[in-house]
Amino acid sequence: MALVNIDQVHKYYGDLHVLKGIDLKIDAGEVVSIIGRSGSGKSTLLRCMNGLEAYQHGGIVVDNKEVSSDEKQVRLLARSVGMVFQSFNLFPHLTVGENIMLAPKLVLKLSSKEARALAEDKLDKVGLAEKIDEYPDCLSGGQQQRVAIARALAMSPKVLLCDEITSALDPELVGEVLRVLEQLASEGMTLVLVTHEMNFARDVGDRVVFMHMGKVWESGPAKEVFENPTTPELKSFINAVL
Amino acid sequence: MIEFTNWDILRNLLLAARWTIALSLTAFIGGTIVGLLLTAMRLSGRRPLQWLVRGYVELFQGTPLLMQLFLVFFGLSLLGFDISAWAAAAFALTFFTSAFLTEIWRGCIDTLPRGQWEASRCLGLNFKQTLSRVILPQAVRVALAPTVGFSVQVVKGTALASIIGFVELTKAGTMLNNATFEPFKIFAMVALIYFALCYPLSLASQRLEKKFNGSR
Repeated sequence: MALVNIDQVHKYYGDLHVLKGIDLKIDAGEVVSIIGRSGSGKSTLLRCMNGLEAYQHGGIVVDNKEVSSDEKQVRLLARSVGMVFQSFNLFPHLTVGENIMLAPKLVLKLSSKEARALAEDKLDKVGLAEKIDEYPDCLSGGQQQRVAIARALAMSPKVLLCDEITSALDPELVGEVLRVLEQLASEGMTLVLVTHEMNFARDVGDRVVFMHMGKVWESGPAKEVFENPTTPELKSFINAVL
Repeated sequence: MIEFTNWDILRNLLLAARWTIALSLTAFIGGTIVGLLLTAMRLSGRRPLQWLVRGYVELFQGTPLLMQLFLVFFGLSLLGFDISAWAAAAFALTFFTSAFLTEIWRGCIDTLPRGQWEASRCLGLNFKQTLSRVILPQAVRVALAPTVGFSVQVVKGTALASIIGFVELTKAGTMLNNATFEPFKIFAMVALIYFALCYPLSLASQRLEKKFNGSR
């Protein structure tokens, strides 16, 4: 069974039909980029994968756990699914180290010492070991996002969801975040990215999913999709963004 | 007629002001405790509890404090409870304070980005952990200045307790005036004492606002 199984998912916001029967399977170790125009439903789909958004029909199973927006189920899923946000969402009143240690201590019941070691390890991975005792607002946007990645990794998720994580960054800071993702991909981490970084999607991603009007319009191996788009909608989208 | 020196008047007013302070502290502490409970209920995500809190807040914000005092004082006696003016004033002011603090804190919590809740959820924190470790530590910084600022309203609100016969600063002023017939002098003194109580509070509120504005 695939790591992520999305089966005929429909979602409505009131009368607005935002996801219209999504089918998608993602295997462990895959790097999948979800691309599409704004309003195509890509962020919504991502947020359905860990229960941040409820869906009305169909089913999503991640790591053999049924996804629902039920409070208990979301907490259970947090052990399998990590998430990084466009706006970082670091806790500003806590240091970088405390940001990372909070959930391992409270949820995984690690001791302070174990949690600290874990935080050091994950920060080292994103190249920010020396920032452990700084507050987030002393860091650049790129550094904050790398801390957010380290914080998600500290829960040892099976899959990491990235919701436009470079969109709020100054252009010169995008590279450092993408390099972290590239390294994670090379280590076999399963990544699902909603992204506007087309070069990254093409060069690092295994698969690209193009969403349009709430549907998976086209999907396939990353290079193939970019070189030979079959639908006119994807052709015009690629022309517009590349 | 008895002769009162200025010192006699001031001394009696200051003695009565102790009750103004006691009533303010009681109302503020009680209001904080009830307000925290109401805030937790409001954030619990349970609809009936949220409606209850909203009704409570609207009721106490939408009626004069004086009517609340009357209702507690005379209402409870009608129901057969023998309630002192002190207890009635303490209860009414506690309800009043809790309603306003709940509303102030709602605003403070709502200014925190939704992403703070979402990030906590994605990390597996439960509601209580999210509230105590992520939301409240941030909200407290924002809430401190307006909360201290509101305490001024509580101090001034205690003056109404004089109407149900509780002898605090205002009531003492009225009584002294009845004996001396020097209303301007006496009520000027009363006002000055209220000012001496309230001014440090509003000053503290302004300081706190500066301190926490825009910093973590």
